[in-house]
Amino acid sequence: MSVQTPAYESLGRPIRGPRAISGGWRRFWHLTFNIAVMQWKVRFYGSALGYLWQLVRPLLLFLVLYVFFTQIAHIGKGPGPSYDYYGAQLLGAIVLFTFFGEATMGAVRSVVENEPLVRKIQFPRLVIPLSIVMLAFFNLCLNLVVVTIFALAAGVRPMLTWLELPVIVALLVIFSAGIAMLLSALYVYLRDIQPIWEVLNQVIFYASPIIIPVVTVQEHLSPTLFHIYMLNPLAVLVQQFRHAFITHATPNAESLLGSYAALLAPLAIIVAIFAIGFWVFNRIAPRVAEDL
Amino acid sequence: MNGGSASGTLSAMPTPAVGGERLPVVVARSVSKTFHIPEQRVHTLKERALHPRRRLRNVDFHALRDVSFAIEPGEFFGIAGRNGSGKSTLLKCLAGIYQADGEIWRRGRLSTLIELGVGFNPEMAARDNVVMNGIMLGLSPREARKRYESVIDFAELQEFKDLKLKNYSSGMHVRLAFSVAVQVDADILMVDEVLAVGDAAFQQKCFDVFNDLRDKGRTIVFVTHDMGALQRFCHRGLLLQRGNPVYLGEPHEVADRYLELNFGRDGQAIEATGDGHSGDGEARVVEVWMERERGERLLSAPQHQRVTLKARVLFMVDVTDPSASVYVYNEEHRAVVIATTAVDNERTGQFEAGEEVVFSFTFDNVLAPGRYLPVFQLAHRGSGLDVIDRFEGSFSFVVTGPGALGGLVDLPVQSEVSRVGVPLTPSPRA
Repeated sequence: MSVQTPAYESLGRPIRGPRAISGGWRRFWHLTFNIAVMQWKVRFYGSALGYLWQLVRPLLLFLVLYVFFTQIAHIGKGPGPSYDYYGAQLLGAIVLFTFFGEATMGAVRSVVENEPLVRKIQFPRLVIPLSIVMLAFFNLCLNLVVVTIFALAAGVRPMLTWLELPVIVALLVIFSAGIAMLLSALYVYLRDIQPIWEVLNQVIFYASPIIIPVVTVQEHLSPTLFHIYMLNPLAVLVQQFRHAFITHATPNAESLLGSYAALLAPLAIIVAIFAIGFWVFNRIAPRVAEDL
Repeated sequence: MNGGSASGTLSAMPTPAVGGERLPVVVARSVSKTFHIPEQRVHTLKERALHPRRRLRNVDFHALRDVSFAIEPGEFFGIAGRNGSGKSTLLKCLAGIYQADGEIWRRGRLSTLIELGVGFNPEMAARDNVVMNGIMLGLSPREARKRYESVIDFAELQEFKDLKLKNYSSGMHVRLAFSVAVQVDADILMVDEVLAVGDAAFQQKCFDVFNDLRDKGRTIVFVTHDMGALQRFCHRGLLLQRGNPVYLGEPHEVADRYLELNFGRDGQAIEATGDGHSGDGEARVVEVWMERERGERLLSAPQHQRVTLKARVLFMVDVTDPSASVYVYNEEHRAVVIATTAVDNERTGQFEAGEEVVFSFTFDNVLAPGRYLPVFQLAHRGSGLDVIDRFEGSFSFVVTGPGALGGLVDLPVQSEVSRVGVPLTPSPRA
C-alpha cells in the first residue's frame, strides 16, 4: 500500500475538546432538564411524603423565625403599614432565599462529585451546575404555590404587580446560576470554597430583607450604608417581591434606591456575576476532566 | 504496510481519502497529550494565602506523543498497549473528553463505552436510567424513550425492568449499560476495556454485536490488551508504548509486537549467576537459550517452527550418567511441556570435572502464544529426585502467532464439515 498524506483540508473542522457548552442548545437543554428531573425523582419518589419533605425546611425556618420575631422580639409587629402580612412576607422571602441557597450550595461540589461523568462521557460541562440550579428551580416553583396559598389565606388579594413575579424569579435564577457556575469551577481547585461559601451564604441571608423589613433596616443604617445594602441583588429582588407580591405598603426597590437609574447598579452586578461565572467555568471546562 | 522493518517505528500513514469519496470517520493528526501533574497539590485558598510565593512546579507526563492515523468507515480499529501506554488516554482524546494537542476529526454520531453505566442512578429503575444514559450518549429524550424496549430486550432484563438498579447484579448492570450503548445507533462506537467484566457468554454476545455493527458499516474503535480479541475482530491495530505509536497495521503483527514488548527481554540469554540455583552443586547450569534450526538464537519463537532449548552445563566434579530435564512453564506457572533425557537416553555418559556440556531439547513449537519460562534440571541417575542443579533462571521466551484461541497448545488440527443427512420435513423457509 502506498504511503499517502491524508488530505486534511478535506476533513473540515477538527473536533474541539470538552467545553462548557457544546453540541448544540437542544442537547444542552435536554441534558440539563433531564438530569434535574432525574434528581428530582430520586429525591421525592423514595419517600411517601415526597415533596412535603423538601418543603419542611423552609416551613420550619419560617415557623421558628415567625414565632420568634412576632412573639418575642416583636420586629414582626413593628409600627407602620409595611409590616402588613408579615407572615406572608417572611415566608415568601425565605422561599426565595431557600432557592438561592439550594442552587449555590448544591452546585459548589457538583462538578467534583460528578467526576465519573466528567471523566467518562463527553458532554457540555456546564450542564452539571445548571442542572442543580434547575432542580432548585423546580422546588422554587412548587414552594411559590405554597406561598401564594398562604398569602391568599392571610388576606392578600391578587394584584396586577403579580405579573412582575416572572421577572423577579428570572433575575434570581440568573444571579444564582452565575454564582453556581463560579463556585463549582473554583471548587475544583480550591476546596475551602465550600466552608467559605457557607459562611457567606449566612451573611447574605442577614444582608437581605428577609427577617427584618427594609424600612427598619433603613432607619438604623446611614444613607451610604443603606445604599450599599441595596446593592445586594438579593436584597433588591426579595424586597421587590415583598412589594409586588404581598403588599404595596412596603416600598419597592426603585423608591428605596432613589431612582430607576440606581436600579441599574444591582442589575449590573447580576449580569456581571453571571458573566464572570460563565467566563471562569468556560476556562476550566476543557481541562477539568484531568484536573479532578 | 508495515514496511517489514523490525526497528519498531511507526509504519506508513494510512490513506484516508482514497478516491476522494470515502472520507475517514476518525482522523488523528499529531495528537499529543501531556498531563501537568503538580508536585504538590495546593487545594485550598488557605494554602495559597499562606504561601503566596511558593512556586508550583509541575511534572509533565507525556501520555501521548505524536499519534497519527485515520480510520475508515466500517473499520474495526484496535488500540493496544500495556497498562499506562496511553491507549485509554488516546480514546478519551478521540471521544472529546480530554483536550489534546494536535488535531482530531470525527464524522458522525459517537457512542462511547469508556465505562459501563456512567451516570446510572442506583435509586432508579431501568427505564429512567436507560433514557438518561441514552440522552447522555447523544439521543434526544424522545429517541431514548423509543429505544427503551429494544434495549431491555437486548439486555435480557424484561423481568427485572422495574427493579431499582441498586438491586441489580453487576452482570445485569453491565448488560444494561452495554445494551444502551449499542442501541444508540452511533456511527462510531468507542469501547474501552469494559467488556472484561461480563461472563464469557456475554462477551461473545458483545463481539457478535460488534461484528454486526461492523457489517452495517459502523466504525468501532476498541481499546484492549486481549490480543486474541484484537486479532479475531480488528481490521487494523495501533500499538502504543509509553505514549509513542510503535506500530500501525496488521492485527497479528500488533499482537506479536505486543507480546514481545510485554515479555521480551532485551539481552541475549542470561548468564547464570548465583540466583535461581538449587541442588548439590556438583554441576552448574551456566546458560540457557533457545535456537532456531540453523543455530540462530531466539527470544521469541513463532508458532509451528522447530525450535531447540539448550543449556550449557559446567561439571564441578566427575559425574556418571546424569539426567537432564526441561520444564516449560507458562504464565500460570503450569508446566506445559516436560522433557527429560532419562527417557531416550538413560546412560548419558561420564563427565569429568571442568567439562562443559550442552543439553538440547528440540520440538515443534505448538505452544499457544504467550510467555514461557524454561527450567533446567540436572539430576543423578535414578529417580531424578537427587538434584545436582536446578536452574530457574530469568530466561524466558515468547511464542508469537495469530492463533490465540485460548488453548494451552495449538496443535495442527484439521476441521471438516460434512453433511450426513437431509431434514425429513422440508423447512418452512424452503
